[in-house]
Amino acid sequence: MKNLIALLLLLTLSFGVVASEGVELQEANIDLSDNDSLQRGAKHFVTYCLGCHSAKHMRYLRIALDVGVDQKKMLKDIAPEGASIYDQLHSAMNKHDAEKWFGTQPPDLSLIARSRGADWLYTYLKSYYIEPGSPRGVNNLVFEDTAMPNPLWQLQGEQHAQPRKTIWGEYTKLVLEEPGTLSEREFDLFVNDLVNFLVYVGEPVQLERQRIGKYVIFFLLMFLVIAYLLKKEYWKDVH
Amino acid sequence: MKPTRLNECGNWILDRFPVTKFWNEHMAHYYAPKNFNFWYFFGSLALLVLVNQIITGILLTMNYKPDAKLAFDSIEYIMRDVPWGWLVRYMHSTGASAFFIVIYLHMFRGIMYGSFKHPRELIWIFGMLLFVALMAEAFMGYLLPWGQMSYWGAQVIISLFSAIPVIGEDLSLWIRGDYVIADATLNRFFAFHVIAVPLVLVMLVFMHIVALHEVGSNNPDGIEIKESKDPWGHPVDGIPFHPYYTVKDIVGVAVFLLFFATVIFYMPEMGGYFLEHANFIPADPMKTPEHIAPVWYFTPFYSILRAIPDKFAGVIAMGSSIFLLFLLPWLDRCKVKSIRYRGGIFKKALLLFVVSFMALGYLGTQPVTPVATTLARLFTTIYFGFFLLMPIYTRWEKTKPVPKSLTRLHSLEEQLHTLEEQLPALIDEITELKPVVTEIGHPAFKSSFFNRRPNPEGMMKVISRLAKKAKGSLD
Repeated sequence: MKNLIALLLLLTLSFGVVASEGVELQEANIDLSDNDSLQRGAKHFVTYCLGCHSAKHMRYLRIALDVGVDQKKMLKDIAPEGASIYDQLHSAMNKHDAEKWFGTQPPDLSLIARSRGADWLYTYLKSYYIEPGSPRGVNNLVFEDTAMPNPLWQLQGEQHAQPRKTIWGEYTKLVLEEPGTLSEREFDLFVNDLVNFLVYVGEPVQLERQRIGKYVIFFLLMFLVIAYLLKKEYWKDVH
Repeated sequence: MKPTRLNECGNWILDRFPVTKFWNEHMAHYYAPKNFNFWYFFGSLALLVLVNQIITGILLTMNYKPDAKLAFDSIEYIMRDVPWGWLVRYMHSTGASAFFIVIYLHMFRGIMYGSFKHPRELIWIFGMLLFVALMAEAFMGYLLPWGQMSYWGAQVIISLFSAIPVIGEDLSLWIRGDYVIADATLNRFFAFHVIAVPLVLVMLVFMHIVALHEVGSNNPDGIEIKESKDPWGHPVDGIPFHPYYTVKDIVGVAVFLLFFATVIFYMPEMGGYFLEHANFIPADPMKTPEHIAPVWYFTPFYSILRAIPDKFAGVIAMGSSIFLLFLLPWLDRCKVKSIRYRGGIFKKALLLFVVSFMALGYLGTQPVTPVATTLARLFTTIYFGFFLLMPIYTRWEKTKPVPKSLTRLHSLEEQLHTLEEQLPALIDEITELKPVVTEIGHPAFKSSFFNRRPNPEGMMKVISRLAKKAKGSLD
């Protein structure tokens, strides 16, 4: 019996080790009904991401309608200069240059929240640290040797990696050595708004789908009651 | 009464086309056993899902582009710019998984109540052909979104053909139409997915039902209702399919749709099982994903493939894990059909089979580790043991006497009612009353009352009784 328990423990432990590899992700606070957050996120996206990354499955008009911005305001405050309201969120950088500068083409971000998940994006954007000697001078804890330089370094400041030891093993802690233009809290909110926007862009219909779902399920419940009563009526004489 | 114009028009058609005959033969005068239970909903539900897949599939083809350069984007176009496109697409993607859930439960019903046995062997064969066609349909459909998992999943599965000696390489080249999965593959898979395989599916469904209605339905008691008939020639234990089972199946449909709608509207990705996360990245022939996992409904068979160290042997094992199911009517030597009257050894074997099938399914979604491989080998052995040892263990099976006519089990309502009656006694058994005396403030307010506390002894008694009952039901 003891052997059996030991074996079971060993099994669960070996699964646990596999699961705990990599960095623990921080939780992003996703709220798609927060239009202010989405508007800020859209603005951040256009300012800090659109230079290299497109979100080509999204149109400015759709964003304006969904997050409650006036179309004129959308063009004036959020969209880059010269964009039309019907345009998709294309990047200005061309493929050839991108390959020359970064060695790879920056991925389209329309579906990045669906493939990576919100928490991954949130942690990733916060996990850059200075690594002298590497091609871009920085590295990332979540995505090692990422081709993307830290686009938000001015806001966040410079982080350094420090190895720490605990009884559970070793891990790396990021310490802010040179503060950026935003405080730590402000920066967290900044990244959160950006990730919130990316989650929205991943599937713009999410809120609508959940709203309609309530009516569909209510209808089906009513239908079930009627169907059940009908069945009972037909079957009452069957023995 | 003088027939109206409309009636005359109707009669004109009925005189020339046997609608009435068809309706009576398969619905109104088709006698089904009275005692169908929960497990008998899944046949009609499978038909419902098939219709759902065909209708949503037709709508999807109106905006989908079977072209390696456009396919991925056209799906996002459907999800965002086509009115209600997202709903149609989610109905189709959720429907694919629902199809397999329903079919696996339908097949399990058949094994449990012996529906594959004489005289229904051919129904089982048609059903198995349907299952294989469905797997082909799902596999080819999964390539169409042209995401990373679509691409690399197809790459892995088609490269299996190259493991066949001598002709392997040429065969996989012929299937792909290119040296890797490419536009040519996407186009031919589209053709197969939208017309060739669906035609086969519909024809097989027709044959499956015609064969069923020729010999009549089996039932949870596993006895032939046609053997005892009333003076009018109708089975005593049967009732007309319409209206009795049509109204009953509508209840099943309503419950199914509740689950289906919950998934579509609130969890269309189902945590990465129905729509895999990596499939939201466009296919890239230059980047192999770290972990390639097929969709959940293929994972038991994928696990068997990975459990065998040699590639070709693995392909053979995977193929035979499906082929053995075809042979079931001849592997099972027991004359008794229903699990209700079969021996303990079959019940235990079936339980082991179900456990190993689910375990293999889980392991197939996980990355390969030495522990996982050992477990997969163990469960693969059990999977094959269930079929290959069947001729032996079903021969000595000690069966129980089979009744002459249908037994009546308690309905869900009656069971709930008895449970309600037994509940107070059960609560008394697992708890004990302890007097509590409180002294707060003035002694005049001293009061005592009884406090209900869990009683470990009583709980152990109830648990051991349940365990005995569970063990008893396996004998």
